[in-house]
Amino acid sequence: MEYFNKLILLFISSMLINNIVLSRSLAICPFLGVSKRVNTALGMGMAVTFVIALSSVITYIVHYAILVPLEIEYMQIIAFILVIATLVQLIEMIIQKTSPTLYGALGVYLPLITTNCAVLGVAIMNIQEEYDLMQTLVNGIGVSLGFTLAIVLFAGIRERLELSDIPEHLKGFPIALITAGLMSVAFMGFQGLIK
Amino acid sequence: MKLREIFTNGIFKENPVFKLVLGMCPTLAVTTAAINGIGMGLATTFVLIGSNLVISLLKDFIPSKIRIPSYIVVIATFVTMVGMIMEAYLPELYDSLGIFIPLIVVNCIILARAETFASKNPPIPSIIDGLGIGLGFTLSLTILGSIREILGAGTWFNMKIMPASYEPALIMILPAGAFITLGILLALINRFTTKVD
Repeated sequence: MEYFNKLILLFISSMLINNIVLSRSLAICPFLGVSKRVNTALGMGMAVTFVIALSSVITYIVHYAILVPLEIEYMQIIAFILVIATLVQLIEMIIQKTSPTLYGALGVYLPLITTNCAVLGVAIMNIQEEYDLMQTLVNGIGVSLGFTLAIVLFAGIRERLELSDIPEHLKGFPIALITAGLMSVAFMGFQGLIK
Repeated sequence: MKLREIFTNGIFKENPVFKLVLGMCPTLAVTTAAINGIGMGLATTFVLIGSNLVISLLKDFIPSKIRIPSYIVVIATFVTMVGMIMEAYLPELYDSLGIFIPLIVVNCIILARAETFASKNPPIPSIIDGLGIGLGFTLSLTILGSIREILGAGTWFNMKIMPASYEPALIMILPAGAFITLGILLALINRFTTKVD
C-alpha cells in the first residue's frame, strides 16, 4: 500500500509539480514549434506519450541488462540515443502498417520526437533517480501527460493570441515565450500539492 | 565564402539563439547564472567543433540513407567525452549543469550544422563554422545568464555588484524568468534589427 502511495505521489509530481516543460525547461522545441493549433498540439502530445512510455521501459532494460553487466555505463548516452532513434523509426513503421488512422494522426510528429530532449532526458533521469521498473513507467507516463497538458493549454492560448492586437515587435516567438513564462508562474502553484 | 565570414556568420547573422531560435532547452534551463551559461556554451562549442570536423572528414563514406543516425553517434561520442572531462576537472560546473550535459546530444544546433554545413564542406571551414556557431551560442547564453543572475541574485560571476538595498527578484532565476527574459530580449532584437517602415 505504501508503495502504491509512492507511485501516485511520483505521478503527480512528475506531471504537475516538476512539469517537464514549465519547471524543468525540457522539450521546449516541440512546445514552441507544434503549438499553433490545439488539434496538432494534442496529436504531438499523444505521440510523445506513446514514445516516452515505451522508451523509458526499454532504456531501463538496456541499462540494467546490457550496460551494467558489461560494466560500460559510460556508453549510456550513445546506447540510449540509438535505442530511441531506432524505436521511433520502428513505431512509425508498425503504426503505418497496422493502423492507418493512428498513423494519419501521429505520423508527421513521430520523426520530430527523436530530437525531443524529453525522451532522452526522462530515460537518463530514471537511471539517475534509481527508479525500479514500475516507477520508471509511472514517471514516463506522468512526464508525458504533463507535456501534453502544457502544450494543449499553450496552444489554446496561442489560438486566442492570433486574434489579439499585439505590438509589432512582440509578434511570434517573443510573445509566445512571455506567455510560456506566465504559464510557468501559474504551474508554480502546484508546488504546495506535496510537502 | 571566406573563413572570416564563416566565423562571424555564426556569431551574428546566424546566431543560434537570437536569430535561429534553436537549442532552447539548454538556453532556458542552465542560464540561472553567467558562469553556467559560459560552461554550457563552451561544452557545446567543443562538441560542435569535434562533430563538424569528424563529419566533414567522413562525409564521402557515410551513405546518405543512414546519415542522421551516423551523425548522432559521432555527436554522442563527443558529448560523452565532454561529460567525462568536465566531471574530472570541473566537478562543480558538472553538478550544476547536471542532466543538460548528456542532453547536448539532442541540441538541434549541432545536428543542424552537421546536416547543413559539415556534410557539404571541407574540414577547415567546418571547424571554423563550429567555432563561430559555438561562440555565438556561448555569447547568447552568457548574456542571458548575466541578466538573470544580476536581477535574480544581485551578483555577476558570483561577485556582488548590486547595492545592498537591492532586493533580488527571485522569479528571474526560476524557469518563468528564463522564458520572460528571452521573450523580451528577442522583442528588443526585433525592434533594433528590423527597419522602421
